[in-house]
Amino acid sequence: MSEQIPQDLQYSKSHEWIRALPNGQVEVGITDHAQSALGDLVFVEVPQLDRKLAVGEACAVVESVKAASDVYSPVAGRVIARNEELSQTPELLNSDPYGAGWLMRIELDGKVPALLAPSEYQQFLKESE
Amino acid sequence: MGLKTPLYNLHVSAHAKIVDFGGWDMPLSYGSQIEEHHAVRRDAGIFDVSHMCVIDLSGERTRELLRHLLANDVRRLTVPGRALYSCMLLPTGGVIDDLIVYFLTESWFRLVVNAGTREKDLDWIREHAEPFGVAVRERSDLAILAVQGPAAREKTAALLTPTQRTVALDIQRFSAAAIDSWLVARTGYTGEDGFEIMLPGTDAAETWCALVAQGARPAGLGARDTLRLEAGMNLYGNDMDETRHPLESGLAWTVDFDPAERDFIGREALVRARASGGGYRQVGLVLEERGVLRSHQVVSAADAADGAAPLGEVTSGTFSPTLNRAIALARLKPAPGSRVRVDIRGKPHAARIVKPPFVRNGKSLIDIQ
Repeated sequence: MSEQIPQDLQYSKSHEWIRALPNGQVEVGITDHAQSALGDLVFVEVPQLDRKLAVGEACAVVESVKAASDVYSPVAGRVIARNEELSQTPELLNSDPYGAGWLMRIELDGKVPALLAPSEYQQFLKESE
Repeated sequence: MGLKTPLYNLHVSAHAKIVDFGGWDMPLSYGSQIEEHHAVRRDAGIFDVSHMCVIDLSGERTRELLRHLLANDVRRLTVPGRALYSCMLLPTGGVIDDLIVYFLTESWFRLVVNAGTREKDLDWIREHAEPFGVAVRERSDLAILAVQGPAAREKTAALLTPTQRTVALDIQRFSAAAIDSWLVARTGYTGEDGFEIMLPGTDAAETWCALVAQGARPAGLGARDTLRLEAGMNLYGNDMDETRHPLESGLAWTVDFDPAERDFIGREALVRARASGGGYRQVGLVLEERGVLRSHQVVSAADAADGAAPLGEVTSGTFSPTLNRAIALARLKPAPGSRVRVDIRGKPHAARIVKPPFVRNGKSLIDIQ
């Protein structure tokens, strides 16, 4: 399992990940565990550009054949990019959750709150099994 | 820990995602639900539906009992092996369950009812069978495999001896034949051709593996739901229940009012409902925008003013892998025209009323604009 959890990301307990970009912005997505639990994704709704998000705010919806699920922003900030590919090919979230399946990029408002390191997220998954 | 079918260990070793369904631990999917769906539409899939409850009724007055107990009329079953879909109603017209009844001999009929309603069904049937002297026997010794898809019959026939094969391939639609210890029925819940095989639970694992070796792809409850919804088939508990009668659930075709003297349970209530008219009816919906339809979403007229009463709600919704669109069954009051809007997370989405089924025998029956 450990090789499936990228070591360069931080994680939330609601199964989102963030990637720190060189320009200080962050990229947000959902984890491999989350996509696997949801099953085949058929619809993704990402937030509007410029939308201001608070930590823990429901900001995106991912729907699989069987259910809809909210995505919560792990950070506070403003949406500066959204993955437009997902509207036509939501299955990118299944096939490449840490890469082509990214959801949005956020310009931080303040600092990144305390999130889980890869080893902590892995432990969290183990405990919640 | 739920109940387990004889195939449970095979599902687990195939890495199925297991979920609770009516008290049973059942496979939701073995990987990709959408690929399982396409396998059934294009070739053949195999489902474990052993959680469904098989009930044998025997006695000279069995037909008489069923003509009283069921809203559809077993008078139509004239040739042994023939099957009939019916609702079993409360005196209010509410649906206790939907089921398939097989006519085997004049003193032996078989019912297959839903897993989630097993107990209340058995109680109800036993209560009404007693005055007719009909014996009610639950066949928990049997497993049921559903092999569905354009290649399903041929893959099943490959397991049989030449003589059995002839019998199997001669079975007409909505009929069954006994083959050795199996009852093979040409029925299903997918909108495709295929068989539902009732067989001793002790034979189930070996037969499952043989069918998989023939190329039938294991498919779970997830694919079963998208397939049945594309086929426009109701799911008990979603599309009808004890608070709704068949006429407002798209099941008027299963209620046989003729002859007028047949006194089936629920008849009076349905006659009244039919006479008063103007009530709810079941329709199909296709979402014209991106998104997914789900049960309980509220449906309004396309031009409804704010605060106007809605037309009704979605009873079953999903994303259709065949149409690549969201589809639904909905219970609505009569509306002019075919344009409606569906509230999805507080936002109106345009949808169109269509006549189910959406897909039959691998082909879309709906124009997608």
